[in-house]
Amino acid sequence: MHSADRLARLFLLPLFLFVAAFFLLPMVRLVGVAGSGPNGLAEYLAILTNPRHLATLLATLALSAAVTAATLAIGTVVALFLARNRFVGRPLLVSLLTLPLAFPGVVVGFMVILLAGRQGLLSSLSMGLGMGRWVFAYSMAGLFAGYVYFSLPRVLVTLMAAVEKLDPALEEAARSLGASRAQVMRDVTLPGIAPALMASGAIAFATAMGAFGTAFTLATRIDVLAMTIYTEFTLNANFATAAALSIALGLITWMVLALTRNFAGSGVAAAG
Amino acid sequence: MKPHRLTFAFQLTVTLLACAFLMVPAGASILAGFTVNYFRGVSSGLTLKWIGEVLALYSDTIALSIAIALGTLGVTLLIGVPAAWALARRPSRLTRLVEEVVTLPVAIPGLALALALILAYGGIREFRMSPLFILTGHVLYTLPFMLRAVMAVLAAVDVRTLEEGAASLGASPLQRFFHVVVPNARGGILAGALMVVTLSIGEFNLTWMLHTPLTKTLPVGLADSYASMRLEIASAYTLVFFVMIVPLLVALQLFGRTVQGAAR
Repeated sequence: MHSADRLARLFLLPLFLFVAAFFLLPMVRLVGVAGSGPNGLAEYLAILTNPRHLATLLATLALSAAVTAATLAIGTVVALFLARNRFVGRPLLVSLLTLPLAFPGVVVGFMVILLAGRQGLLSSLSMGLGMGRWVFAYSMAGLFAGYVYFSLPRVLVTLMAAVEKLDPALEEAARSLGASRAQVMRDVTLPGIAPALMASGAIAFATAMGAFGTAFTLATRIDVLAMTIYTEFTLNANFATAAALSIALGLITWMVLALTRNFAGSGVAAAG
Repeated sequence: MKPHRLTFAFQLTVTLLACAFLMVPAGASILAGFTVNYFRGVSSGLTLKWIGEVLALYSDTIALSIAIALGTLGVTLLIGVPAAWALARRPSRLTRLVEEVVTLPVAIPGLALALALILAYGGIREFRMSPLFILTGHVLYTLPFMLRAVMAVLAAVDVRTLEEGAASLGASPLQRFFHVVVPNARGGILAGALMVVTLSIGEFNLTWMLHTPLTKTLPVGLADSYASMRLEIASAYTLVFFVMIVPLLVALQLFGRTVQGAAR
């Protein structure tokens, strides 16, 4: 197998070169630029020490947490329904619910504008009902709707697979032992899909933290981290701050994904 | 366990509302792309005029997106498939670490990746101005998906035993790679390829930062049209995007199922 080892090393070389040149080196440069602004190394902590950036960070965290909670709640109900019931049109319903998987953030932003923008469906509906004019696309609420739209199909795919793998006999056993429906849900069903909830929740959270396209389409006035980084870089040419904020943002999303992956991993191992 | 009647009604309502939330705006967008005047409604008549205008205004972005997606696919195949075999061949702590570093770009927001690329290479004018700059970003972002898809299949079909068989018959490592590994990894390669093309065509977070006025991709053009064009043109443009992306997605879902089924 000696020559096969040599071939393997040769095959890894392009990957190493590409990752070193276009990922590791740029990341080093990003860290360097962040520390070379007028504030020096203090810039690394700008996200915590600058009140405006801290407020933006907190708003982005709150938005992402709300998006994650809402998406998981809706996703769990829909996944349980689709996995436990067989009816005509079910495959079509599943297809429709997962179709938006491939819509990028910009397109999702446009969907929110069509739903809740100035010429949106909700606007004309509420006007028709004489309830004033509902327009919330260009605000934090619009962004919330957009991120739920973006993450729901992804969460659904993961949760449906998890529910299908649950052994229905466990729930029946719990019922026959006298557990109420609510107890079965709390003590059997939800713990059973907990790894999937963690994994898909982490992805929804990280996406809402770092996504840029939806916010960009809806408005530049919404203060979320991605918009701040974009404005600092392109409009204010404040490279050090933009770089420092991107590092902070990258660390947060990476940590959320890495942590939950470890949890989900051990959960799966414990179940098996 | 049979669900309670009320539970059933609640779940059904939530499911239908979720479906409406996702599909009604998409339907409105498709309709608006064919409507003479969306504000006045369908009664103003149906037309293909907006689609025509989109093709006249933005066909260069559509062509560039297809070219970049195919280029990205080519590079990820060339780098990714051999590397996936090399990594899957003998899993160790080192290969896990390599995999970890290579997949990092997926966990970091595209905005941060794009800034890093611009800060490192923005000074090289020819590179910065060429579509290759966008292509580099797309390869960085999609390569992990190709690697994972191929590695998953290689782990599932136990390609090592097949390789040993071929080796005992005197096949060289390179022959084994092309005649044993690649044919057996076909499913993973195809699934990875569909994923790479779908992601590349829709990529915006990186691309918006990396593009120049002369290198606009479809999603960049979409953002432009959302900001500056009338709703009908923006909708018609979105429709063109749907026509490109939906078949890819359907293929991905059909294909993903058969690959998963085969791996089981």
